[in-house]
Amino acid sequence: MKHDNSYTGQDFKVIGTRVKRPDGIDKVTGRARYGADASLPGQLVGRVLRSPHAHARIKAIDISKAEALPGVKAVVTADDMPVPEGLSGDLKHTLENSMARGRALYDGHAVAAVAAIDAKTARKALQLIEVDYEPLPHVTDVDAAMQPDAPVIHDWLYTSGVDPKPEKPSNVAQRTEFGLGDIDAGFAEADVVIERSYKTEATHQGYIEPHACLANIRPDGSGELWVTTQGPFVYRNVCAQLLGMDIAKLKVTSSEIGGGFGGKTHVWAEPVALALSRKANRPVKLVMTREEVFRASGPTSSTSMDIKLGATRDGKLVAARAEMRYGNGAFPGIWGMLSCMTSFACYEIANCKAIGYDVVQNRPKVAAYRAPSAPMAAFGVESAMDELAAAIGMDPVEFRLKNASKEGGQSHYGPVWGPIGIRATLEAVRDHPHMKAPLGPNQGRGMACGFWFNIGGQTCSDLNVGIDGTVTLTVGTVDVGGSRASLGLIAAEELGIPYEQVQVNIADTGSLGHNDMTEGSRGTFSSGMAAIFAARNTIEVLRERAAKMWGIPVEDVIWEAGQAKAKGSEHSNLPPLSLKDIAAKSPKTGGPIAGHNEVVADGAGVSFASHICDIEVDPETGATKVLRYTVVQDAGKAIHPDYVEGQFQGGAAQGIGWALNEEYIYGEDGRLQNPGFLDYRMPVCSDLPFIDTKILEIPNPGHPYGVRGVGETSIVPPLAAIGNALSNAVGVRMHHVPMSPPRILKALREDRRANRGPAKVA
Amino acid sequence: MSGVLVTTTINGDAVQFACPEEETLLDALRDRVGLLGVKEGCGTGDCGACSITLDGRLVCSCLVLAAEAEGREIGTVEGLVEGGKLHPLQESFISHAALQCGICTPGFLVAAKSLLDRNPDPTETEIRYALAGNLCRCTGYDKIVRAVQNAAKEMRTAKSA
Repeated sequence: MKHDNSYTGQDFKVIGTRVKRPDGIDKVTGRARYGADASLPGQLVGRVLRSPHAHARIKAIDISKAEALPGVKAVVTADDMPVPEGLSGDLKHTLENSMARGRALYDGHAVAAVAAIDAKTARKALQLIEVDYEPLPHVTDVDAAMQPDAPVIHDWLYTSGVDPKPEKPSNVAQRTEFGLGDIDAGFAEADVVIERSYKTEATHQGYIEPHACLANIRPDGSGELWVTTQGPFVYRNVCAQLLGMDIAKLKVTSSEIGGGFGGKTHVWAEPVALALSRKANRPVKLVMTREEVFRASGPTSSTSMDIKLGATRDGKLVAARAEMRYGNGAFPGIWGMLSCMTSFACYEIANCKAIGYDVVQNRPKVAAYRAPSAPMAAFGVESAMDELAAAIGMDPVEFRLKNASKEGGQSHYGPVWGPIGIRATLEAVRDHPHMKAPLGPNQGRGMACGFWFNIGGQTCSDLNVGIDGTVTLTVGTVDVGGSRASLGLIAAEELGIPYEQVQVNIADTGSLGHNDMTEGSRGTFSSGMAAIFAARNTIEVLRERAAKMWGIPVEDVIWEAGQAKAKGSEHSNLPPLSLKDIAAKSPKTGGPIAGHNEVVADGAGVSFASHICDIEVDPETGATKVLRYTVVQDAGKAIHPDYVEGQFQGGAAQGIGWALNEEYIYGEDGRLQNPGFLDYRMPVCSDLPFIDTKILEIPNPGHPYGVRGVGETSIVPPLAAIGNALSNAVGVRMHHVPMSPPRILKALREDRRANRGPAKVA
Repeated sequence: MSGVLVTTTINGDAVQFACPEEETLLDALRDRVGLLGVKEGCGTGDCGACSITLDGRLVCSCLVLAAEAEGREIGTVEGLVEGGKLHPLQESFISHAALQCGICTPGFLVAAKSLLDRNPDPTETEIRYALAGNLCRCTGYDKIVRAVQNAAKEMRTAKSA
């Protein structure tokens, strides 16, 4: 049955209430099972040997001594993971990223792996593997990787998006461009132009649960994988293709997930675990150490950007240009392209051009991290916006409001805006008491805006009614932060029953049709849509069953407030039938009552946020403390406000960490110097204040309840909000993220020297 | 192959397990005793996901050798439920949405209980510093701090009632 996804403006009974999440008890008692918490009879311990070189030819690998060690059941190298026929493009890169083939492309790149009876034996076996490396020239810095004399990492990589096609390979994978109008004419019109360069360092998603899986390949070639992932169906498709298996013969079960933030949308060591299990013919559990997580999974791009903005004296933004160079790690991605698409979305700029470069470097393959690529672009654009506002003497909020994108306007990356929240978030910021609170010495206030697209995608769900009238909603999107509660609310709302009557179940790949990842803030949006449609299909069945019980035409039965009611005066003698009444009779009225829906959840609504922060800088140490923080974001409709607030707060905290401390630090040798939580410092409880939130609800016309994705936008504004606050606090403008104490101290010293001016000659 | 036999008390129960001398208490609790609520986030004492109490003192079990538990009392998240009832901290974490992914939650609960055992009426700052050894990447800590404040209040009220 085809359903309409349009927003209806209906009144809600349970949507918007703060119910308890159904998985809460297991998670507070230690019973919830995460990636490392499963076991199978006879399982082995898998461990991976990783390259100590940033770039090296692997001349030979001798695994004979490791194989001979008692207790070792399998040793695999790339030889055990041949490229299946027809595998190409991203999938081929994913296979090579999971196990080096002839060359190690970054510090931490897997070169071999073992499966042994215990961890001690596995570790010992790794030491017995002899790898003959020939170190090659390496490049880790994104600007250096673009230089003509940079070592070329892939001889097959020619820049796409340029005409004519380059004659020589380079590290620049692609050039992309988005924009509107004529920027030369626009800048000619401008009274004031700000042109600045910015750099941001790579960060890690920092999920507390390391990658972990339990692989079990049987002698007949079928298998199963228990894994911490944001998308079991996609992991199944990818792993099966990399291993040359039939997709249906690999069952993937997602464990509870201990944080992902985009980092668990990509396959890392899972194909290796499967290859080990295949070779050993035993189950293999493979859990990454934290050091491996840092060295071999999911960092963001490191970036370098030039931003140029022009405005007229009366505060109209007339021209903008951004050139953004995004590191991709060892394999090409789309990160620079995404930066282009997000960069100017907040504003209506008649003449703008965003150019993105995707650049490979000897670093781990870049992965998605919450609104991937947007925070860095926003750091550049929103920092320059503040400088431009100051240059023309306008309040930064008023300046943004004057130029904010609006409904019906043409975005710079393609779509015409529907109802959007940028203006409303700015007005809420302008009117927020936070903006008027007093500040002390060395303290400053900053604000910034952010944008993220949000996505929909392939979604499938089942709704089954038990004979007691309780309801099981089965979805295929992993619950990363409370979505079971939100989806339970949606099913309850639609059926007109109490939330407590619904149980939400996350399916494994053998139990439901394909679902795309929980990514792009699509979990509650798209599974919510599929849940609504599955419930509506169920209601059709319930009406039919009630009609049968009453012996009247189905057209005479309506579903209202959780009950079937017979309409018309001729049926006035028929009392309503509840879900429970109908369920109890279901064995005799046609069997199980269920509704199913599969949908490509189109209609995702874009998301805007504006943040305010107060900071204090210690001029002696350069350390910055966040004193107060407010997030204003459009949620479309907050299904479960607690978990919407949680997304706002969590994203802001990650952005604060990115702004102030977190960075991948590479040595001259191209090795990562801080692969641990001690040296890669994420915010702790004592670093942060309470994070205030204000949820705006501007309904998304493309969802029956008006829902927009809420998971990602909150990480976009903090970098610039803090940079702007720093500038207001101590008068130095930071162009390099993280704005860590050494960088701030350096900027303060340079500022003092510049203000003192040249020494007077007597 | 050599090892040690460790006799200890875990969540009030007498427990014996054998393990290699170099095994951490974290690995022993997870792999030999089956207490999978004790989580490994880093293995280097930086994240607090493996927090337990050892003779009432809050420690990272990844930094303790299993052999050191000999004759001592261990408390883990699995021991917080008493008489089939959730601890007020556990109730409060659920009702305040203080967890998103939940992987850090066992460590936070053990650390928070350790704080409230010592200080039933902590200030916000005291809570923040007491929990600074536990990393959470999902919540920004806001709802965690509020959940601990709420549980502390409820526990004080229950005690004075």
